[in-house]
Amino acid sequence: MIHFVVHDENDSVGVVVVEGIRTGQDLEGWIMDQDKTLKVKAQQDIPIGHKLAIRALKDGDTVVKYGVDIGRVVAPIKVGEHAHVHNIKTKRW
Amino acid sequence: MSIDLSKTTFWGYRRENGRVGTRNHVIILPVDDISNAAVEAVGHNIKGTLALPHPYGRLQFGADLELYFKTLIGTGASPNVAAVVVIGIEEGWTKRVVDGIAKTGKPVTGFGIELHGDHDTIMRASKAAKEYVQWASELRREECPIKELWVSTKCGESDATSSFGANPTVGNAFDKLYPHGTTLLFGETTELTGGEHLVAERCRTPEIRAQFMAMFDRYQAVVDRHKTSDLSDSQPTKGNIAGGLTTIEEKALGNIQKIGRKCKVDGVLDKAEVPTGPGLWFMDSSSAAAEMVTLCGASGFAVHFFPTGQGNVIGNPILPVIKLCANPRTVRTMSEHIDVDVSGLLRREMTPDQAGDAALDCLLRTANGRLTAAEALGHREFVLTRLYESA
Repeated sequence: MIHFVVHDENDSVGVVVVEGIRTGQDLEGWIMDQDKTLKVKAQQDIPIGHKLAIRALKDGDTVVKYGVDIGRVVAPIKVGEHAHVHNIKTKRW
Repeated sequence: MSIDLSKTTFWGYRRENGRVGTRNHVIILPVDDISNAAVEAVGHNIKGTLALPHPYGRLQFGADLELYFKTLIGTGASPNVAAVVVIGIEEGWTKRVVDGIAKTGKPVTGFGIELHGDHDTIMRASKAAKEYVQWASELRREECPIKELWVSTKCGESDATSSFGANPTVGNAFDKLYPHGTTLLFGETTELTGGEHLVAERCRTPEIRAQFMAMFDRYQAVVDRHKTSDLSDSQPTKGNIAGGLTTIEEKALGNIQKIGRKCKVDGVLDKAEVPTGPGLWFMDSSSAAAEMVTLCGASGFAVHFFPTGQGNVIGNPILPVIKLCANPRTVRTMSEHIDVDVSGLLRREMTPDQAGDAALDCLLRTANGRLTAAEALGHREFVLTRLYESA
């Protein structure tokens, strides 16, 4: 079963596509562009549609999704942690 | 199932100017806010007509006034409209709207309230509306090639499921429609922020690219001039953020999925401007759903694809709005709003090609007359874009 989807294998985040993901759950992800799968353990509860880090990110890092820059990290994010407005900000406005 | 669009036709209403509509509305159009009461009375008196109240039309000036006229006239001129009754407080601007719509050749009559009052105006306008609605009810659909269908798109209350579900579904359908000479539209200028280079790369010529970037940069300057924060909660909206979208860049990259992978951007349009030929057009526009969809209607588009994630419920009075959604929670909790369920994409039970075909199937059925969820639910959001304060 696919729990999260990644657009491109170079992305730093994936998107949860099922409801009810809980801390400690073993998740299976599908990398769409390369049609591969990967496994990540959820470090937090993550709602459907929200992102989890699939690689460790430190303060100031660029977050990549679709192979493109979507913002900067403002608080460190471990693999499997929830990646959202509390740890990522826009670079544009 | 795979739709062969080269042989596909749809049943539409061919108008006096040759354009083809998917609906046959007789609209009662106010020139200004203070004519809404008369307009709604006529709409109530004469069954089968559609009153379009709105809050503007007084003391506007300059470019804002020109946009207002272009939007009202464009709405009346839409091929989805059979005939129009126009009511304004005075006869000058009323006549300007009537004359603009009359260029299409369709029946249109205007009424000024001053020197008559509401009662007399409502009576005379109701008589005209009754004649129009009976005349329109005898018009028949005819079979038309797919290239005569004008299709616009704009997404709303997007979330991360939009970016790999509903939006690429529209993109797949656009890629399939494009080679058949259809006229296609997208816009939402600020919502390309972070992905503007990807749209620029898709522009057919360097001239079109320069025009697109000038529109993009102009809108960025508006944001920079007025912003008091990073626009978080406005763009992305609170709904987008609740749905998991974090930054405008992320939202933009999902948004851009709607123009597919193969279509080129063949031209750019100002707000409510009408395309001059087939292909994919970019319209410089707000990303607010009702504003953008109203502009699509005013530019002559006949059907609209509206992908959503968290569940935007928007409709439009004259433009059928088809909702597509890939979020299983939204499809479950708000099913009455969703026309095309593509949540199977997230479970790998549906391919992008199958999703695109499902969208096209719904598009053709809607073009042929099937009411969308938004139409059945009575969503008629008609919202004029304003550029600045009235005088």
